[in-house]
Parts: sequence; C-alpha cells; structure tokens
Amino acid sequence: MARKQIDARGFSCPQPVLLATQAMNTTEGKELEVLVDNEASLENVGRAAQSNGWTITASEEVGQDYKLVLSK
Amino acid sequence: MSRAVKNIFATTLGIIAVGSIIGVLAGFLQQAGNPANMAICVACFGRDIAGAIGFHRAAVVQYMRPEILGFVLGSFAAALAFKEFKPSGGSAPATRFVLGMIAMIGALVFLGCPWRVVLRLAGGDGNALIGLAGLVAGVWIGTLFFKNGYNLGRSQVQSWSAGLMLPLIMAGLLALRLIFPPVDGETQSGVLWYSLSGPGAAFAPLGFALAAGLGIGFLAQRSRFCTMGAIRDIILFRQMYLMYGFIALLVAAFITNLALGQFNPGFEGQPVAHTMWFWNFMGMVTAGLAFALAGGCPGRQLFMSGEGNADAGVFVLGLLAGAALSHNFGLASSPAGIGPHGMAAVIIGMAVLLFIGAANCKRS
Repeated sequence: MARKQIDARGFSCPQPVLLATQAMNTTEGKELEVLVDNEASLENVGRAAQSNGWTITASEEVGQDYKLVLSK
Repeated sequence: MSRAVKNIFATTLGIIAVGSIIGVLAGFLQQAGNPANMAICVACFGRDIAGAIGFHRAAVVQYMRPEILGFVLGSFAAALAFKEFKPSGGSAPATRFVLGMIAMIGALVFLGCPWRVVLRLAGGDGNALIGLAGLVAGVWIGTLFFKNGYNLGRSQVQSWSAGLMLPLIMAGLLALRLIFPPVDGETQSGVLWYSLSGPGAAFAPLGFALAAGLGIGFLAQRSRFCTMGAIRDIILFRQMYLMYGFIALLVAAFITNLALGQFNPGFEGQPVAHTMWFWNFMGMVTAGLAFALAGGCPGRQLFMSGEGNADAGVFVLGLLAGAALSHNFGLASSPAGIGPHGMAAVIIGMAVLLFIGAANCKRS
C-alpha cells in the first residue's frame, strides 16, 4: 500500500491535526504517515483518528520524534 | 496509540479531573484571600506581577502572584519527570510577543482571561456571559485563518539553556517574593511593589498559593489543559476533549462557590467587573483571537513555556508588556468602566491581529 507522509514537526496544535486531516481527506486508499515532535500532538492526532474513524496501524518513537501511521 | 494511552491525564476522565481540581482550588484560594471571582486568573495575576516589578504603577494591582510562578515551575517539573522537556523556539518570536501584548490588552478591557470568564460565571457574574460570547467569537475568527492556512512557521530544536529561560525567570521571581515579602502598611519591600488596597492587596497565604500553582502546573502539563483550545477544537474538529476540562472547571468552581457562600448572581456591582457589555464583548473578541493565533490560552502558554517552548515564553513576556502598556497608557478597565484609551486599544489591537492573521496564511 502506498504511503503518504506528513512532517508536522515544529508545529504545535492545531497544525498537526489540521495537516493530518487535510491529508487524510485527499488520501484515498492509502496510508498516511504523520511525524510529530511532541506528545501533545501525538495525542491530538490520535484523538482525531479515533473521532474520524481512521485506523491507527502504527505508533512508535523515532529518536526524539513520534510517528503515527493512519489509514481509512 | 500506546504512548497516548500511557498518559492517564490525557484521557477524558483525566482532563475532567484536572478541570475539577482547578475549579475547587480556585474556590478555596478565593476563600483563603485571593480576589473574588478572580481566584486564579492568569491575565489578572500576570498584571499583578508586572506591577510588582514596577512595569506599571497602578497602586491597586501590584503583587508577586505565587500561583503563576507555580504554573511554570509545576509544568517544568512534570515535563522533566515525564521526559517531555524539549527546548524549542524560533517560530515568529516578535509576532508572538505582539500577540501576547494584544491578548493582555483585550483581556484587561474585559477584566479577565478565559479562566476568569469561567470563574466569574461560577461566581454569578452575568457580565461574564458577554465575555464568553466574545471569546467564542474571537476564537471563531481565528479558526477562519487556520482554515486558510494560517501558521507562524515551524519552531526549531534549541539548546537546554533556551528552554530553561522561562522556568529560571519564574524561579528568580519566586526568590524575590521570598526575599522581599509584603510588609504591613508598606508599598515597597526591597525591589518589589505591593498594593495596600484593591485586588492586589487580596492574596492567599504564600504556601497555599504556591502549592496550588505547582499542582495545577503539573496536572495541566500532563492533561494539555487549554480553555481557548476547548472552543477552537469544537469549531475546527468537533473535538470535545479540552471542552470537558473547561466544563469541569466551571461546574467545580460553581459548586465550590455555592458550598463556601461565594455565589452572588447578578450584573451590577460584581467584583472587579464593569457592565459595559459591548466593550466586555470586544475585549474578549480581541483576546480570544490573539490566543487563537498564538495557539493557546494564557495558562496553556505558561505550561508550554515550562516544557521548554521558548515561543510560548515570548508570548508570556508579551503578556507582561501588555499589562504594563494597559496601565501606563490608560487602556485597562476598572469597575467604573473601560479606561480612557480602551476603545482605541481594542480597535488598533483588532486591526493588528487581522493583519497578522492574513499575513501568515500560507495556502498550499
């Protein structure tokens, strides 16, 4: 499955959720990888995924950052 | 979601608990001596701190509030304990400073930040309904900018020393408060200024105030508590998480006020409030928009600065500058009504905010 990537590092809320939402709305049938650099953004993107019915297929730490993989 | 689930305060029950604790503490801080319906207002207490260090000379609002110092230091402790202290900054610092100034100017036209909107409502002040409407309107305008690509650019990883600046400043101010405590009948103690009357002369005992501030700072850092964000997230994402904390704060403060005999419903003669509804509304529109464009309410900015976010720290310094301007230039309101230049300040402030919003929209 092709995977689109969003780099939301350096942004605080609500930017990571906005970027993820915009990308998910234009990512038919693909996975979206969201990179954030703080736990608050990780939690917020996770909540957005839950409320939008997206599936979180992976959540992991990548060095000092965090990566979420979302799919519809 | 493994990381998110580990943080129990970032759950629905967690943020309800945090909002409730803040509401109850606010009621008891008021009973212990803090100003009525103000209790733990971030803007008002920031203004008092600005007065305590002589940034302005409004004699009735000068006191080194331990609660605010505790917010940053408590958040700093939580960030260290949970490995979330991540120094960063460099995202439009001058713009954030101006946003902080205008946010404080708008808040002091209404006479309170979003926290005080809730606390005034919980104390029975009907004027706060107008302030709440203004806050929602201001945040809504902010979301229009977000939908059009508004952002202030990415922050960069910075050195530990950069992230430590705000916690160190707050520790320094706390040291001054300990070294130069208030002296009965004296307007000065060492380098600090103290009010002999008015809201600045109303304060809870140091130990209780500091412990409450540290505890709230710790819990709010873990839960990401943000009153502006509560409104923004509903408008932008239909997301209720932060709103649960906002409502919990209101309900807990209301119940505590009822229990302590501090609930006095009405519009006239409310503590440190005026009844000029249009300017109450416009003051909070201005503040709400400034908070939205900066990414957090004043409390959240304090908590983020404790996490090492130098951009939030710059906003906090802007708040202090805004408090100084408000009282030095006659922009701030009083129970008698708005200041002589309050109208001009709101109009100019709104114009600057709209410029900042429009100038930073980056449509992809």
